Amino acid sequence: MSRNNHMQLRFASLSENESFARVTVAAFASQLDPTMEELTDIKTVVSEAVTNAIIHGYENSPDGEIEICARIEDDRLHLTVEDKGRGIEDLELARQPLYTSKPELERSGMGFTIMENFMDEVDVISEPGKGTKVVMVKRIASKKALFN
Amino acid sequence: MQLELEHHRRTLIVRLKGELDHHTAETVKVKMEEAILRGDVHHVVLSMKDLSFMDSSGLGVILGRYKLITGRGGKMVVCDVNPAVYRLFEMSGLFKILTIRENERSALSSLEVVS
Repeated sequence: MSRNNHMQLRFASLSENESFARVTVAAFASQLDPTMEELTDIKTVVSEAVTNAIIHGYENSPDGEIEICARIEDDRLHLTVEDKGRGIEDLELARQPLYTSKPELERSGMGFTIMENFMDEVDVISEPGKGTKVVMVKRIASKKALFN
Repeated sequence: MQLELEHHRRTLIVRLKGELDHHTAETVKVKMEEAILRGDVHHVVLSMKDLSFMDSSGLGVILGRYKLITGRGGKMVVCDVNPAVYRLFEMSGLFKILTIRENERSALSSLEVVS
């Protein structure tokens, strides 16, 4: 069983940081000995949440800040991705598959659907004008368990 | 992200190398669009053999180029799709409209039959 652990990451709302964020979180999560597929899931959901914060939260302004907190508790990875941007007016609509508020930007509208599919739990807390916080949990079925 | 472009008769082969996310999506969009509009391009083969990461921003770019090429009466075939990307295609329903082939050679030969 893994010991509990945590980390925090704060960075500017620049698209260059999307790959930085997903690679860093994946490196942290690797302590849980995930499979390649689980690691790809984690990278993808971080990428989705950070991209949402940049495009929708901060509307591509480079002056915003995004904070990621990652916590390992036993075999679970807890992730929060938070911005202080404009927030989401209609959460239910935003979470609909294929819905996008910015069709002119060629967005697929699949961000939340991907997060919901790749993680065990996804909660979105948002307040218009204040920001958005995405809270996600994934259980990592450790490969080590097979040998016990 | 690197794009390798090759013209094979009236088919444009695009080989994506690296990571396709929101940050790199614009480059992929612009370079593909330039090549499609400048050359005598009828069909597109999109090779994902050396694509190491893709998220929903990639789905948006692929769908956009799919619309461009089918709007001009052509076809788009995607090949060498890894399991992670295939899952995204399934989740978004894109696999229903895209033609997916195992590799470049079978992608090209499927186009030669139709053109």
